[in-house]
Amino acid sequence: MPEKQDEHIVIVGAGTAGCTAAGQLAREGYRISLIEKESKPGGKVNNWYQLFPDRRKSEEVLKYLLGEIDNPLINISLNTDIDSIIKEKKKFLVTTTHGELLPADAILLATGFDLFNPERKEEYGYGIYDDVITSVELEDKFHSGAILTSKGVPPKRVGIVHCVGSRDEKVGNFHCSKVCCVTAVKQAIEIREMLPGTEVFCFYMDMRMFGPYYEELYREAQEKWGVNFIRGKVSEASENIEGRLLIKVEDTLAGRPLKMQVDLLVLMIGIENSLSGKRIAEDLDLKIGINGFFSVLDNHYGNNLSNMEGVFFAGTCTAAMNITDTISHARAAVVEIDSYLKSQKKEVEV
Amino acid sequence: MKQEGKKRIWKEFQKEIPDDHFFFVRSCIRQSFFPGSEQFLIKLLREELGKDIYEDPRHTTCTGIGYHSDVVPFETIQTVVARHFALATERGYKDILISCVTSFGIYEEIVETWKHFPETLEKTREYLYKATKREFEVPRTILHTSDAVYKFKDEIASRMKYPLIDHRTGEPLKAVEHIGCHYSKMFPKYGVGGAEFPHTLVGMIESWGGEVIDYPERRHCCGFGFRQYLIQADRGYSMSNSKKKFESMEPYKPEFVLANCPGCTMFMDKWQYTIKEQEGKTYGVNGQGIPVLTYEELAGLVMGYDPWDLGVQYHMVQSEPLMDKMGIPYDKDKKYIAKDGSKLEAPKNLINA
Amino acid sequence: MKNFGFSSIKPRVIDYDKNNRTVLDYIMEHEPSFALCIGCGGCAATCSAARFTDMSLRKINILLKRGENDEVRRLINKCMLCGKCTLVCPRGVNTRNVIFLTQQAFKKLDNYAV
Repeated sequence: MPEKQDEHIVIVGAGTAGCTAAGQLAREGYRISLIEKESKPGGKVNNWYQLFPDRRKSEEVLKYLLGEIDNPLINISLNTDIDSIIKEKKKFLVTTTHGELLPADAILLATGFDLFNPERKEEYGYGIYDDVITSVELEDKFHSGAILTSKGVPPKRVGIVHCVGSRDEKVGNFHCSKVCCVTAVKQAIEIREMLPGTEVFCFYMDMRMFGPYYEELYREAQEKWGVNFIRGKVSEASENIEGRLLIKVEDTLAGRPLKMQVDLLVLMIGIENSLSGKRIAEDLDLKIGINGFFSVLDNHYGNNLSNMEGVFFAGTCTAAMNITDTISHARAAVVEIDSYLKSQKKEVEV
Repeated sequence: MKQEGKKRIWKEFQKEIPDDHFFFVRSCIRQSFFPGSEQFLIKLLREELGKDIYEDPRHTTCTGIGYHSDVVPFETIQTVVARHFALATERGYKDILISCVTSFGIYEEIVETWKHFPETLEKTREYLYKATKREFEVPRTILHTSDAVYKFKDEIASRMKYPLIDHRTGEPLKAVEHIGCHYSKMFPKYGVGGAEFPHTLVGMIESWGGEVIDYPERRHCCGFGFRQYLIQADRGYSMSNSKKKFESMEPYKPEFVLANCPGCTMFMDKWQYTIKEQEGKTYGVNGQGIPVLTYEELAGLVMGYDPWDLGVQYHMVQSEPLMDKMGIPYDKDKKYIAKDGSKLEAPKNLINA
Repeated sequence: MKNFGFSSIKPRVIDYDKNNRTVLDYIMEHEPSFALCIGCGGCAATCSAARFTDMSLRKINILLKRGENDEVRRLINKCMLCGKCTLVCPRGVNTRNVIFLTQQAFKKLDNYAV
């Protein structure tokens, strides 16, 4: 057993980053208050069906995360948001929306991301055309075991639009959301697996297969699953007289515009810093980067540090990340917090 | 298709449209090709609705077609537009009501340029003063005439005699609405409903009892362009754009097209004649053409004005089949009688005549 | 018909639903590696024919996939079958065989140039 620590750390967000950091810090003997605005821990992992690149069940990772926070030193508050955080000298006073007052020696912001609201890309007609759905809604369909269009039949052809709300100045997002390309590939395979007679087309600007085994998955999608990839951004969706979607895209490799009918159009919605995270940033005067996420103190060797001493970051509140990188980032935050609190203790002793 | 999704967008793109006191500027195309529309707009605002609409005889072309055809430099057109603003300033008007979508786009573009590059505003003030000794205020709102008709659409509905309903069946008439590109594609925030799902004409059609068709090529340009039709040999390009739209709307069997841009109204009408002559193809039911109307013509028709006073006979595609469905009476013999009672020569090769 | 001095233009748009992809199906059946093309253009960069003609194997691959066969027909005869494209392909597509199969497909399926 590690030496018992008196220090108390408030972690905001019980998603992948929050749970990982909470578990590791508790094992170091710190007392943790884990604040989660949703009704259960696990964050966005709760929404996913299978994970890229190996298509393991997301429940397995969820089980790992829940196992991490199963520790008497962690006190989790669900359905709770942060009301205010006040810093006084070296200490923080956190007030939750339930009126709890939590004194803290350090704060870890693991506030995660919000999904882009595709209504902002009016040209795709999300919320207007019945068969325009998001990548998250497709995950729900996988969960339900049936991929059906609004007409209640399996689609004959599915279009997948990459970069919806990412790399798009028109919606104020310059950044790449990183995980959508590989999600598209994963989902394309899953559609082909569940509906072998259904054609799948991915419309991409660039294929950004940054992680281990991602490029291999992309290759598998082409080789084994016959997924079609067309380089070009879909500019418009509309509905024809039969109620089938008609999309317009520039086939940039052919150098000509292309039109095609699809039965289901899946928008790969990007990720943005969460609204709750941005509220805290405003409250604490934390810097926000041009990508809208929290600005870290140093992009190379200080990416868990904020511009305020004692406030740390973990996970996708700093940038788009996959689960693997989020876990690594959260573990690194643990090291930063631990060394910070130890240095504080020394100062007091001296 | 979920209507609520469109309503959400319409709510987001609402534009401040003043209730009264408009400084009106005409459209070159409209006053030449279908002058009844502007005449009726003035009558509608002034007599029917009791609004103050002022027209200054010193107003000129905005030189927009020249500008978009690279013969009028941006500095020149800014100065021409500034002169119009000076006329409005002189008469104490703050809201400009523009009859043409090309001009509307140009006025918007110029005012936006002045906002972002204030030095261009100062230069324009200097040019205008040197040339004419005039000074001007930048208007408070830039309005298109369809914005004004949109604003008063429900008042028009309350005076309606012949709603957009097939009087024999009671079914709403199906309509295509076509918004000019420069109405909202350049500055979505200044168009009612934005650029992807504009509400300006939809609002009128629905308020007057019709049903709007959302067909795949709804958002496509009519092909008017500018320099693209100036040379005869190039016009196939312009026409092909309209053709693409007609092919896309044909299966929905629209009774009419409602457009808010002079160029679109003219071309979508006249290309139907050209395509019929060249390819033997028409896009309405029973070999008919699809009438293309202005919003004033439509407002006048539903309010029971004499169609020949509105000038609907000055299009290539005639509106009799539509008027028959709406139950609007008309006197065939008076179709081409001039104001002084003399008989005008009837145009040839009309569609639906 | 009246002569207006102009006429309507054939759209440039690739109409995926109208196009015929039997040539593509024939290639895919006999050369599944064709699915692996990522459009990098390595084949076209090294192509002997591309130096002096408008042939581009990268473009041909895309046009075949879309069913734009007329353009493929025009371009494919420029190939000198040197095989350099196959040598450089990072995805291991047997490009030389794709060309053979395309020619065969045109002959078999279209009864073309028999």
